[in-house]
Amino acid sequence: MSTEVAIVGIGMHEFGRTEGVSGMEQGVIAVRRACADAGVKWEDVQFAFGGSAAAGAADTMVSQLGLTGLQFINVANGCATGGSALFSAYNTIRSGVFDLGIAIGFDKHERGAFRVDTRGAGLGNWYGASGLALTTQFFGMKINRYMHEYGISHSTLGKVSEKAFRNGSMNPMAWRRKPISEQEALDSLMLSYPLTQYMFCSPGEGGVALILARADKAHLYTDKPIFLDAAVVRSRRFGSFEVLAPSIALEHNAGPTVDSSKAAFEMAGIGPEDIDIAQLQDTEAGAEVMHMAENGFCEHGEQEFMIQAGDTEIGGKFPVNTDGGCLANGEPIGASGLRQVYENVLQLRGQAGARQVPNDPKVAYTHVYGAPGISGVTILSR
Amino acid sequence: MAQVPVTEGVFTWPSETPQLIGSRCVACGNHMFPVQSGCPKCTGEKTEQVLLGRRGTLWTWTVQGFPPKAPPYAGDVDPKTFKAFGVGYVELPGQIKVEARLTEADPEKLKIGMEMEMVIVPLSTDASGNEVVTFAFAPVA
Ligand SMILES: [Zn+2]
Repeated sequence: MSTEVAIVGIGMHEFGRTEGVSGMEQGVIAVRRACADAGVKWEDVQFAFGGSAAAGAADTMVSQLGLTGLQFINVANGCATGGSALFSAYNTIRSGVFDLGIAIGFDKHERGAFRVDTRGAGLGNWYGASGLALTTQFFGMKINRYMHEYGISHSTLGKVSEKAFRNGSMNPMAWRRKPISEQEALDSLMLSYPLTQYMFCSPGEGGVALILARADKAHLYTDKPIFLDAAVVRSRRFGSFEVLAPSIALEHNAGPTVDSSKAAFEMAGIGPEDIDIAQLQDTEAGAEVMHMAENGFCEHGEQEFMIQAGDTEIGGKFPVNTDGGCLANGEPIGASGLRQVYENVLQLRGQAGARQVPNDPKVAYTHVYGAPGISGVTILSR
Repeated sequence: MAQVPVTEGVFTWPSETPQLIGSRCVACGNHMFPVQSGCPKCTGEKTEQVLLGRRGTLWTWTVQGFPPKAPPYAGDVDPKTFKAFGVGYVELPGQIKVEARLTEADPEKLKIGMEMEMVIVPLSTDASGNEVVTFAFAPVA
């Protein structure tokens, strides 16, 4: 029997744009806040896994936090960087090597759509030169096909954005805190059909840190430990449809989200029906819709009725992206997956303030997805 | 003005009937584009070069509504003159779905399942004054 793991401290630096503060410094602030939340001193932390996509090597932050000699391992895994840091920290405690550690993610990106390094992504220069290396195009094409197959309406995409910005308006850490209507979302600039400006998240800035401990020692740090029942990362299999793919196979296979979701439920010994609240990757409005089904929370097409009925609102039957998701928080790649876990910890502790879900949540779910076809899932409980 | 391809080895050029250049796995017959040496389906290590079909059906599409960042983009990025362009996956029967620019950018005129044919389109002008061309798919009239 492996050691159980609890999250005993959480810290976050505000998402959005913070002029004059580097991504690394935002990570440092998140670490200090997490330590304060757990009542832990930095010198008590035995190990760290951390990463950013565009804001430097995480392990260099020890020069600001204190040179304690701890084991610090950098993680670089694209959009799953934060999830991978958490996965690694989780398994380090489960294995019994250490009792107390930290997972850190932070980032700071330039404005505008992500600039894809085609060579770094294993693609020829012709691909970007020809105007194909845009992640936004994939999202437009995936949801366009999905709408065609399963009858999802443009209105439903607009409603996802409306919900995200409304939830963001109740989140003091969020970037976008001004509510918008479904119609405003639908009428905003068309970036990549059928997705408009307000249906896409933007690359941004922010940092998140999570302190993990052996569950049997969690009471030393908190009276509200949140248990990590599963943490899974999966890459794509043959036949799946992924971002930045010059071609895809004729035969269809479910993507890494389906695989990581199934594995996480198996690991936790529960099913989708046991989840009270979920934070699902919403790089754009359509992604949230598709990921509801890919993670097993409904049948394909059923989202149309669920979203139109308000089921995924904070007060609905199945609240999704209660902190405003990527749409309202932006996407600092290294921190994004950990933000979801941060939100679930707040919700499970009953500390989410104005956006606290009223269903007394006991089990919570997070899901990230990103290039080049990678997904990470966690399941938390109290 | 001379025409030069955006790259060598991705499509046959010059040609009256240009074709994309892909690979086929010797062991399992899986098709790949662009050319690669290993097979992601069966993990086979031997592939052979194959020319892909010029006609297929539109599997999905979007419209690139804003100028991509340059680099890597080689085309027009001036917001005043930038013209939106279609992007889609075209399913080539018995082979593979390939991602490509589309010559059509009007959402009213793009339909999943419509017949498409490969063409060569101008992309930019290089430092020597040559017209750089790339591949695209056009609706079959
Ligand atoms: Zn093969």
